[in-house]
Amino acid sequence: MPEKVIFRVKRQESLEAKPYWEEYRVPYRPYLNIITCLQETRKMLKTFDSRPTTPIAWESSCLEEVCGVCTMVINGKVRQACSALVDHLQQPITLEPMMKFPLVRDLVVDRSRMFQNLKRVKAWVPLKDTQDQGPGPKILPKDQQINYALSRCFSCGACLEVCPQVSERNNFIGAAIISQARLFNRHPLGAEIKLERLRALAAEGGIEDCGNAQNCLAICPKEIPLVDSIAEANRDITLNLVRLMRGT
Amino acid sequence: MQPQKKEAVVVGGGLAGLFATIKLGERGIPVKLFSVVACKRSHSACAQGGINASVNTKGEGDSPRIHFEETIHGGDYLANQPMVMKMCEKAPSYIYLLDRMGVAFNRTSGGDLEFRRFGGTKFHRTAFAGSTTGQQMLYALDEQVRRLESEGLVTRYEGWEFLSAVIDDSRVARGIVALNLTNLEIRSFRADVVIVATGGPGMVYGRSTNSMICTGSAAGSLYQQGVWYANGEFIQVHPTSIPGEDKNRLISEAVRGEGGRVWTYKEGKRWYFLEEWYPKFGNLVPRDIASRAIFKVCREMKLGVDGQDVVYLDISHVSKEILKDRLAGILEIYEKFVGEDPSKVPMRVFPSVHYSMGGIYVDSRQMTNIPGILACGECDYQYHGANRLGANSLLSCLYGGELAAEQTVEYFEKLSTDAGSVSSKWSEQQRKLEVEKLEAVLRSHGRENPYAIWEEMAKWMTDNVTVIRYNEKLKKTDEKLLELKERLRHVNVGDPTHWANQAVVFTRQLQNMLELARVITIGALRRNESRGAHYKPEFPDRDDVNWLHTTIAKWTPEGPEFSKEGVNTTLVQPKERKY
Repeated sequence: MPEKVIFRVKRQESLEAKPYWEEYRVPYRPYLNIITCLQETRKMLKTFDSRPTTPIAWESSCLEEVCGVCTMVINGKVRQACSALVDHLQQPITLEPMMKFPLVRDLVVDRSRMFQNLKRVKAWVPLKDTQDQGPGPKILPKDQQINYALSRCFSCGACLEVCPQVSERNNFIGAAIISQARLFNRHPLGAEIKLERLRALAAEGGIEDCGNAQNCLAICPKEIPLVDSIAEANRDITLNLVRLMRGT
Repeated sequence: MQPQKKEAVVVGGGLAGLFATIKLGERGIPVKLFSVVACKRSHSACAQGGINASVNTKGEGDSPRIHFEETIHGGDYLANQPMVMKMCEKAPSYIYLLDRMGVAFNRTSGGDLEFRRFGGTKFHRTAFAGSTTGQQMLYALDEQVRRLESEGLVTRYEGWEFLSAVIDDSRVARGIVALNLTNLEIRSFRADVVIVATGGPGMVYGRSTNSMICTGSAAGSLYQQGVWYANGEFIQVHPTSIPGEDKNRLISEAVRGEGGRVWTYKEGKRWYFLEEWYPKFGNLVPRDIASRAIFKVCREMKLGVDGQDVVYLDISHVSKEILKDRLAGILEIYEKFVGEDPSKVPMRVFPSVHYSMGGIYVDSRQMTNIPGILACGECDYQYHGANRLGANSLLSCLYGGELAAEQTVEYFEKLSTDAGSVSSKWSEQQRKLEVEKLEAVLRSHGRENPYAIWEEMAKWMTDNVTVIRYNEKLKKTDEKLLELKERLRHVNVGDPTHWANQAVVFTRQLQNMLELARVITIGALRRNESRGAHYKPEFPDRDDVNWLHTTIAKWTPEGPEFSKEGVNTTLVQPKERKY
């Protein structure tokens, strides 16, 4: 067991600045995760060879893999830093920001695009208001289980990061968004605007841009059946093609 | 100047803030919604077990009245009763509404809502969506806000931190000053009402079950602006968490609700001490009682597992189907962070700071003592008395959020001058003050590291102001807090830039955290009794003659000034709290 954890961080002060690597060492303890390693560096403000440095910028919040904010690329794989345990990682560990989103600083990126796209596909139940209207529709456990699996998506962006179709030249909305559209199309009250969602999915940057690489399914930390969602959306679009083209 | 349409600012994008936003937007009131993170990443996402509502689908004879009485009893009679009664009456309608919004609540085989048991009750009263109920509810509300946003009724400011309120010379709120966390721009935003829904102050204790964003900084800042803070000394310590270096990860009460048992070894045999000590409620005694029992077993009797601060929480006897359907999220957390499968081996757990019953003082309409500033959600003090029952927090977020929105409408009708027509002098003055505070931190080139000071504060608070409290130690803790306050003036954040500079932001938060830490500590020192989560071995009994009172703290430059306010007990007579 090594006494120190060795890790390297890709630093970049801003989008315009030049990136560089820095190496850090922090004392090893069992169950240590990447977040704790990063926290240690803020108190030292020194690289492994005692050179003074600035605090690393990174995001974290829940630290139990339910908020999605601490997503970064660790040893080449996109994942949440909170659940990345040092014991399971080869050293020196490398930490990089996600590449498919605009960089803010160091390990922080701007994922607001995902939330914009949730608006684009109207990922909500179109309630008239929130007044008391008594019990909602019955939903069988088998349907609830599928809905629940889909609704655990925490917009971490991992599926976009690994998607070969997502690049600077392409604004593919990605698997997470398509899957959210499916979730609300499945809901008895959400289905009211199903056609509008399908229209958004059929538009530019929508489902046609999916190259079926299925990397999204393999990387999703919540094991959401993303490929099923894409297939179902495709099927729905085909079935409704005439209505979609008529625009009604 | 032309009178403009009155506007609201909501600070905080968790359940309470989002629900207030929806209720305001629906009435056509423009809302600016501020959140330090994308709302979807708020701490409400961490609520696991469920939300209480006496829907009584199982013919057990449950009712909102019983829910109310158990909440009051669970809170050791410190909550103002009429407010809790109204909240419990509203609860079933919220479950139906959330269901209509698409929250994937668990179902019975017939497709109806399923309910499970939680602490402090014998009824199946807790609706749940697997074991990530808070996350599911948060998402549903976030989606509804997105709907309103697309209709132009809500503007989001995600990645902005509230710094302070704008208050005019007649002590009326006129807006806020906020900080853009990316470029450190400090701006004022006019508003006729400011609804504060910024959650709890768990970071005051360093490691807790809270998210890193739960600094309590907004509440701490408002307190320094003259907003009263109530019952700060009541901090809930949850009995079951996985202790960690970065945080303690919650293992929900739902585990015990689904049959989980707490035990340790005694004389070589399994000892189910909660079941032995509390035969009626067993593993589902309220959290304060369970946490004290675990402390007694580990610290006093030295019977923790392997002599450590650990007991077992065992769910391995429950069927795999139930675990998968109802508890998967929690068990995943345990497996991911500990590396063992709870369906096979018992979990190793210990209590952790979890929730603040205390918070910003509000009246029966969620209004603080400063007109135009309202508070709701965990950051208000109103609904849980001296100890919160499990699965009541999500409920109080919704009820407080809705009430704050309703009060906003009424307040707007009475408000003669709107923020748009009053002088911009106040907002400019406040903005400049905040710029100066931030620049002072950036300029400071002392020797103190803000994160090291934070750790020191957290250790003192955790050691001395949690489950068992002694006056001597509380006094020493406050002395330490004063020392840390002084040392923080000589900070060096190690980064002079104005771009995504997290250390300077954290230092500003820490200044506010230290103020709240003092309120919590001195509040505990003053309260010479034991009630709910507040326990002093030197004063082991509840003292209704002297302490059936709300603690109110007011900021002064010399430190907090305390007063007491009577508790409304008109609906149910306080009785001895036994389980």
